[in-house]
Amino acid sequence: MAQIFRRWTNTLPQVGTAAVLGGGALATFVVWYWFAPAHTDVGYAPVQPVPYSHKLHAGEMQIDCRYCHHNVEKSAHAGVPSTQVCMNCHRHVRKDSTLLKPLRDSWDNGTSVGWKRIHKVPDYAYFNHSAHVQLGVGKDRAAIGCVTCHGRVDEMAVVEQQEPLSMGWCLDCHDAPAANLRPADKTTDMLWRADDEWRLKAIEIAKTLNPPGNRSQAFKWREDGTLETRATASCNGCHR
Amino acid sequence: MANTAPSTSIALPDDPNVRGDIVLEDPIEGREALVRGDRDFHYITEAVCKGNEAPLLKTPSSFVFGLLLAFAGFLLFGGYVGWLFWEGPGIWGNNNPVSWAWDIVNFVFWVGIGHAGTLISAILYLFRQKWRMGVNRYAEAMTIFAVICAASCVVLHTGRIWLDYFLFPIPNQMQLWPNFRSPLEWDVFAVNTYFTVSLLFWFTGLVPDFATLRDRATVKWRQLFYGALALGWRGSARHWVTYEKAYQILAAFSAPLVLSVHSVVSFDFAVSQLPGWHTTIFPPYFVAGAIFGGFAMVQNLIIPARAWLGLKDIITIRHIENMNKIILLTGSLVGYAYGMEFFVAAYSGNEYEGFTFINRSFGPYWWAYWIMISCNVLSPQVFWFKKLRTNVYVAWVVAALVNTGMWFERFVICVTSLHRDALPSSWEYFVPRTEVLFLAGTFGLFLFLFLLFIRFFPVIAISEVKTILPQANPHWEGYGHAKGGH
Repeated sequence: MAQIFRRWTNTLPQVGTAAVLGGGALATFVVWYWFAPAHTDVGYAPVQPVPYSHKLHAGEMQIDCRYCHHNVEKSAHAGVPSTQVCMNCHRHVRKDSTLLKPLRDSWDNGTSVGWKRIHKVPDYAYFNHSAHVQLGVGKDRAAIGCVTCHGRVDEMAVVEQQEPLSMGWCLDCHDAPAANLRPADKTTDMLWRADDEWRLKAIEIAKTLNPPGNRSQAFKWREDGTLETRATASCNGCHR
Repeated sequence: MANTAPSTSIALPDDPNVRGDIVLEDPIEGREALVRGDRDFHYITEAVCKGNEAPLLKTPSSFVFGLLLAFAGFLLFGGYVGWLFWEGPGIWGNNNPVSWAWDIVNFVFWVGIGHAGTLISAILYLFRQKWRMGVNRYAEAMTIFAVICAASCVVLHTGRIWLDYFLFPIPNQMQLWPNFRSPLEWDVFAVNTYFTVSLLFWFTGLVPDFATLRDRATVKWRQLFYGALALGWRGSARHWVTYEKAYQILAAFSAPLVLSVHSVVSFDFAVSQLPGWHTTIFPPYFVAGAIFGGFAMVQNLIIPARAWLGLKDIITIRHIENMNKIILLTGSLVGYAYGMEFFVAAYSGNEYEGFTFINRSFGPYWWAYWIMISCNVLSPQVFWFKKLRTNVYVAWVVAALVNTGMWFERFVICVTSLHRDALPSSWEYFVPRTEVLFLAGTFGLFLFLFLLFIRFFPVIAISEVKTILPQANPHWEGYGHAKGGH
């Protein structure tokens, strides 16, 4: 009787098994690596209606971040400055520049400048700037610096996203925040570096932090009856 | 092999009271042969293959009608799943405090049904219960399809179905990892293991029979289809040695799953601290219930199928009777568990436990509780009588009642335990909204797959059944010789 299948089909079970296992592993890797915000979002630098340079304003002129992003310590949103904030200076400085025409149009018409947002967490993730730039109480006061999440904005002519803002990236810091803490008055300092004394202090401060949510083991009672908290949030801290 | 004459067709009545006169006894073991009548090897092949080998266009119209009906149910299932995707679980009656209702009831119902198949195929195999060979292929197919239905229920109940990959330990940018301390996570692995092992076991058993169909194929597509599935089986002694080893290993894998899978399912409830769920007897109680419900489903499927396919000589009334005995045993075990739940509640002196069980049988859902008791505990008791347990009509009706009762058992456990929670202000009477379509849809899926199986796959383990014919025994000298003749 003639054979139904050719000889090479004998390898199909092995090839098929290898393809399923290898394909599964490959698909996992592809999604894990190329679909992650670290790959899709980092480097996002859209063209803005006005080619505003942070390098010029924040770097060379040393304007404090909070002059424009003035809600950062009070609100969940740092805020994009209104036209009026820009015009505080630009009514007097370079008032005829063609590059600033959209700004002057906005000022004349009462419409907003269509700035494009760069750093964005999804709607289902609650993030509050004010809770991050000032945290802890009393002598344990500390902050996360602007530079920690946004990078050296003072060196960027065009601002781009430098950190992935992915959930895993959030959790990395929430699990071990000490390395990213700094004195509250150094929040906007792009060049500040921790010294050894601060590093030890930051570890103590991190233990006092009260994370949002109540995942098990986020809190631990010490033997003396005080509560030790770890800055690891539960799901409902951010996904409210 | 003194007598290998082709089978003569003897009209065999289903009535067990006359069968002893006609059925030829097994001359070696001294017991009635498992295959009735003067049957030879070739008869088995012909009887099983004829359904698969009918040309597609000559499929009997009654079968086509049944298949279309099941296909309509399958389409209903697909449409319902689409609706569920679009609208979310808001189309169900689930709400606080009854957050688990028909979705979980259907899941436990279906996954329980699978257990009879595994018991027949693995445990009865390891215990050398030869009567299993007539029914194991059906039962294993039922297991696979029931687990598919169960998996679709549990996969679809999560609400955001597209996030179900959270259930698996897959590296991801969110650093999400399953909580391995949760019984729900154990369930994911239990059901996946169960499906994988059951599928392998079923397929391994099918390989020699696929080869039979391949070798008998008269048209090209059937030769290719069964040829591919037969994996190059040539029936050499070496193939058989490997096959037997693989089959035994898979049986050894499957046997503990009969006990473990539904134990893990019961942990979904028992590990919580809800009165009515937080019970140590849940694992054995669930396993007994699963085998009970599973055998009832086997009966519901096999009694019509054996008549329709003309396989009454291979799946005899003795098979039906044996399975009815198991239904009687497991049904009584389940009844014992129902009683023991009350005893534990009373003996614990815990007023919340006590309330839960009083409320279960006399509260707003009293009707569900008493449907469960009458179907599961009372109806199988008719099988104490040989006359009733060897009557196919009685067997089918009782099996249908048992299936109903087992569905209600899960409903009682899920819904009545939840609808009275610790805050009387949140007490609620759960009313389903569109869930009945969900249940009907899973039945459509199940029957559609099962009818496709009957049409295209050998429904009896041909090669295994041949080994229980008297002729397979090397000492056999023909009917009537061994004992000096009739």
